Order: sequence, then C-alpha cells, then structure tokens
Amino acid sequence: MSDSAFAAAFAVLPDYLGQHVLLSLSALLLGVLISLPLAIVCARTPLLRGSALGVANTIQTVPSLALLALFYPLLLGFSAFTTNAFGFAIRALGFLPALLALTLYSMLPVLRNTITGLVGLDHAVKTAARAVGMTPWQSLMIVELPLAAPVIMAGIRIAAVWVIGTATLSTPVGQTSLGNYIFTGLQTENWIFVLFGCVAAGLLAIVIDRLLALAESGFALRSRVRVWSALAGVLIVVAASLYPLFGTARGLVVIGAKNFEEQYILSSAIGDRLQRAGIASTRRIDLGSSVIFRALAAGDVDVYVDYSGTIWANEMHRTDAPGRAAVLAQMAQWLKDKHGIRDLGPLGFENAYVLAMRRDRANALGIRTLSDLAPYAPRLKIGGDYEFFSRPEWASVAKTYGLHFAVQRSYQPTFLYRAVNDGDVDVISAFSSDGRIAEYNLRLLGDPKSALPPYDAVLLLSPKRAHDAKLIAALKPLVGRIDLAAMQRANLMVDRDKRTPEEVAHWLDRKIRR
Amino acid sequence: MIELQNVTKAYREGRAAVRDLTLSIAEREFAVLIGPSGSGKSTTLSLINRLIEATSGSISVDGQPINSIDSVDLRRRIGFVFQAIGLFPHLTVAENIAITPRLLGWSKTKRENRVFELLDLVRLESSRYARRFPRELSGGEQQRIGVARALAASPKLMLMDEPFGALDPLVRDELGADYRAIHDRLGLTTVLVTHDMTEALLLADRIFVMRNGALVQSGTPRELLSSPADEFVRSLIETPRRRAERLAEALRFGSTA
Repeated sequence: MSDSAFAAAFAVLPDYLGQHVLLSLSALLLGVLISLPLAIVCARTPLLRGSALGVANTIQTVPSLALLALFYPLLLGFSAFTTNAFGFAIRALGFLPALLALTLYSMLPVLRNTITGLVGLDHAVKTAARAVGMTPWQSLMIVELPLAAPVIMAGIRIAAVWVIGTATLSTPVGQTSLGNYIFTGLQTENWIFVLFGCVAAGLLAIVIDRLLALAESGFALRSRVRVWSALAGVLIVVAASLYPLFGTARGLVVIGAKNFEEQYILSSAIGDRLQRAGIASTRRIDLGSSVIFRALAAGDVDVYVDYSGTIWANEMHRTDAPGRAAVLAQMAQWLKDKHGIRDLGPLGFENAYVLAMRRDRANALGIRTLSDLAPYAPRLKIGGDYEFFSRPEWASVAKTYGLHFAVQRSYQPTFLYRAVNDGDVDVISAFSSDGRIAEYNLRLLGDPKSALPPYDAVLLLSPKRAHDAKLIAALKPLVGRIDLAAMQRANLMVDRDKRTPEEVAHWLDRKIRR
Repeated sequence: MIELQNVTKAYREGRAAVRDLTLSIAEREFAVLIGPSGSGKSTTLSLINRLIEATSGSISVDGQPINSIDSVDLRRRIGFVFQAIGLFPHLTVAENIAITPRLLGWSKTKRENRVFELLDLVRLESSRYARRFPRELSGGEQQRIGVARALAASPKLMLMDEPFGALDPLVRDELGADYRAIHDRLGLTTVLVTHDMTEALLLADRIFVMRNGALVQSGTPRELLSSPADEFVRSLIETPRRRAERLAEALRFGSTA
C-alpha cells in the first residue's frame, strides 16, 4: 500500500509543485512590487509610516485561511460587477483569490524591513549624498537602497518563507498547490500524502530561504558572485518547477470535486475517461458545496458530480418533496433555465444525507426513525460535517421533527464515523453511499415525514461546455452505470483499505466498462 | 565671492540659529568661522550650499543669488567636507571620489584620470588606495578621501564643517597644513568652520567670530589679536597664547625636575 501511495504522490508532484511555485513566486513578486515603493514613500513620510505598518500588521493578524476564504466572495461580487458593467467575468476561484491573499500576506515583512533599512541609515551618509549634489532619486538609487539592501533582502526572505508555507492553504479556494497532498491526505487518512505534502513544502521553503540568505550575505558583503549565484539558483528552482506546466495548454477541462472521498474518486474517474478520449483535464478538489456550484455556473469548473437534494434545498430553496423523479426533472429544467448548466443525468446511485446512530445505542433507546429520536435529542450529542448545520436540509429536519440536541459539533467527514463509533457523539450526519455505515454497523434513521429530499448523484456541465459534443460523448457512458453497491465498495476501499482515490477510480472505471 | 545680506535662519520653535547675519568673503580667501557650539557657524555653512534654506535675507555666490540656481546644480559646484566624513561605505575610494563627476556625466576615462590626480593631490598612493573600501582606511586617510571627493568636480568654493575635528592632533595638524597648501595651489575660496582657535589662527586669512547666531567680529588673525572687539573675542583669541605659555612653563619645570 505504501509503495503505491508514494508512486501516486510522485505522479502528481510536477503539477502540484509547479502550481505551488508559480503561485508563491507571483504573490511574492507582486508583494515586493507594491511594498517596496510604498516603503520608500513611507520612509520619507513619517505620518504615512504608522498607518501603512498598522494596516499591514492588521492583515497579518487575520488567519491566513480566513484571508484566502475572504477573497472568494469578494471576487465573486466583483465578477458580477464586471459582468454587468463590462460584459466579462473574472475568475473568482483558483489562482486569483490565492494570489491576492498571499500578496497581502507577503507585504508586512518587506514593508517593515525596507522602512527600517532606509530610516536606520547613517545620517552623515544621507547628508553627504545631498552635499555631493545628488537628487533625491539619485540618493535613493545610488546610496540608500544599496546600503539598505541586506535588511530589505532579509524581509523578502521572511516573506518568501511565509508565502510558500501559506500557499498550501490555497487548495480549498480551488488553487492546486502542495496543500492538495495535505487536504486530500487528511480526508482519506492517507498519512503518507500528508507527510509528503509537508516535506515537499518544507523543502521548497528551505531551499528558497538558503538561496535568498546567500543573496542577503552577498548584499551585505558586497559580493557580486554571491548575489548572482543566489539569483541563478532561484531561477533554476523556478524554471525546473514551472517546466511541467508549460506542457499543459490553456482551455483544459476543469473537473471539480467537493471535500470527501466519493468526490475524489468520481473526479478522478472522470479524468480517466477524458484522458482516454484525448481531452486534457485538470482537477480542482476540496471545494465547498456552494463554492463548487457557483464555480460551475461561472465556468471556473467545467464538470463535477452533485446531488439532486443538495441543489434542490440549497440552490432552488425548495422544501417540498414531490418524489425522486419529479425532483430530478424539475432540477434539470431549473439548472438549464436559470444557469445554462447541462445535467447529463443521474449516475445510478443516491448519496443521501441521513442521520445515523450506533446500532447498539439505537436499540437500547428503541430509536428507528427521526420521530423516535426527537424526545431523546435534548440529552444527546450530534456531529455533522462542516457544511451540515448551515444547510437548509438540517433546518428542515430539525423543524419537522422538533430536534434540539444538547451539543452540536462539526468534523471532517472522515472523522465523523469514528466520532460516533467512539461515543464522542451519539448521532451523526452520514452519507448513505459511505461504506463505513456497514463497516461501523450504524443504523440509518428513517425519515417518515420526508423532511430530506432525495440525493441522486448527477453529472453537471458548465454553461460553456453544455454543447461540447466530444466532452459529452466521453462522459455520457458514466450515466446510470454506477450503482450504490459499487459506490459504497469504492468508498470503503479508500476509507478502510487506504487505497488512493486514483487507484480506486481505475477500479471503478474498469468495472463500468465491463 | 560669497555675500550674505541680513540672513536669518529661524526654526519653527521660534529659536533663531542665525540672526541677521551680514558678511562677505573674497575670492581666494581662506575664511574661518569660529565660535562656541550653538553659535550658528555650521548652520551658516549649510546655508551657503542650500543644505539648509534661509528664512530671510539673501545669499549670493560668485555674484549670483543662490536661490536663482537649482540647489542640486549649486551643490555640484561647491565642495563640501564634514566632520563625520560621510564616505559612501558601499563604494570604493575611487568611486567615492568620482561621485560628483559621475553625477555630472563625465566619461569613464576622464573620471579615472581625475581620481589619480586627486589621490596624488591629497598625498595618497593611488595604486594602493583606489580599489579599497572606506572601512579599510584610518580616520585621517578617510578624511583625505573626503577632501578629494569634495574637490573632484574642480569647484572654486570649498565648504568645510569641522573637517579635522574628529582626528587625532598629529593627523589634524598635518592635514590642516596639507589642505592650506592645496587651497593656495588651486586658488580656491575656502570657508572652514572650527571651534579650535589655534587651527583658525594657523590656517585663516580672515576669521569670523560668531556667538548666538550673530557675527561678533571679523578680521585677519593679526587684527583680532591686536584689537579684539570685546571680552569674549579677547578670551577666545588669547586661548592659544595662554595654552602656549602654560605649555612652556610646564616644559621648563619639567626639564629642571
């Protein structure tokens, strides 16, 4: 198992590393480009200095993940504005939000060190620069910046290490990075992936840090050799990392995935089919339900698998339950009319939100349905995935059955099942296609009042790909070919057997083709 | 050469560093401004090349009001040497000396030749010093480079703000004498600020005594010695003589002991 996990990790390294370096480098360059002139102005204007450093400091106190998350809605709003005003949309997901957040993050050390470096210069030297007849600009370029260079370089070095580390958090906003290893590994409990991601990001940071330290000492000792060799080293690292990206053309089909195993497997299976059809694709994984839907509508994601009930409740804001076929039909129509999204059809299994309990515990309390659960709820603890408690389905269930739990906790989907098994919580929000329901011997609680909609897995295409015949031909064979048993087994192979989603996708793909 | 007419430099707090100062310095003259700290002598010097701008009054150099000249151009035409020396630590001796010519756009060859000339002039061996960095030099050597840098663009006017104050006495005397020779040889006009009356008496053609931002008296060393304007000037100018007498006495007693 570990050999194949390493192989799988190395297989995606060129893409992850290349994207990571491209993102970090762009953010750092942009950060320096903004901070350096700003710092120069600040160094000469004491009044401005305090406020600029204050703002940069405040940005630094925002948790980096929150900063990244913040740019998605901001850009979404901005995109709506540009669409209305100028007729073009900007990509709210992926590179841009990650770039902007990391750029802001990189500014403080460069700003602070440049100001310190310039303000701390020997007064006699600055006076001498004026006295020999330098203009303020000449004084800056010939005397002040060269003398402050080691301090400035130290700031750039700190910023580089921060940016490389923080870039791993850009995975959830749809930007591929070395963080993909960590997020995927955490989700599938593939610790080799987690470790691989940590080591890769760490090594990259150390190499860049050492090279920039060489440049810094080069500036301090006025050794051109050191500065140039450091620069050459950075160039080599960057060029080697970016080289694999040049092969990939623009216009790749972007396959989206939410943040759980089934989605990793399905997105990978879609990738396999596209590859066989000669269609180049890339994946954006670990996206939230609303994020991924909006990304599809905007064309940032071209294809992904969603569930009818999720769209029914969250996007269409429906609370009625007209039955499985009616939900599918009305949803397909709504997607087409409202967003121009193409529904290629149900894959053949349902992955419903269900509430589940340990069988022994349910038996002891005599609980079979949500109606039975209601009187016990005030003494019980419930666990849900990150989205569950803010979704309309939960509001509907809680209202319909009058559920009020003593404690409410959120978990990574993977850890939910363990939490209920270990007795940390009594009830969890489970996915009906999850193999661990059988594995942990959980009882799914019935929903006699139909508070939850049906959740058929459906294959959705973005508006711009809605009529892409080649793409549709490649994907159509998936429709109606994956039954619940197959999906549960596939999920269990990842969850329990620790196979990588990619391997399991191959298995699923072979099964479909038979 | 230099004319100051009713020049005042007041700071925002209301204190005046220089008050209603009027003086003139002739071409090729070696003028020394002397006075206790806070007398306004250094401020006066900085007013002449517009490192500091006067609050009121007029200053002209070579018959031209300095306000009519771009301050950067003005400074490139005037050599300036200070106590803190202020060599650029990241540039070699040659690059330091050639800085003003570089700003003026001289060709590389012309600059190199000038550097060698100037190193000869300040009596430093060019082959040994040109490529070294300021931190590798002694204080006296550094100030010789400071003088060379100030002279690089062949200014006719040199402003020197306590140039030898931070050096040890032996080096100070030697450098003072050397500079006086350069002044005569090149036909410069020099304004030197000091608080050391011995130095003033040894170097100056004319001495300007300042106190509290105002001029107290000006004259040749001989004039000042023979007819000091007041008690302050008398005690100031007699300091070297008193010290010489005490020195002679100490030596006399020392030799008999």
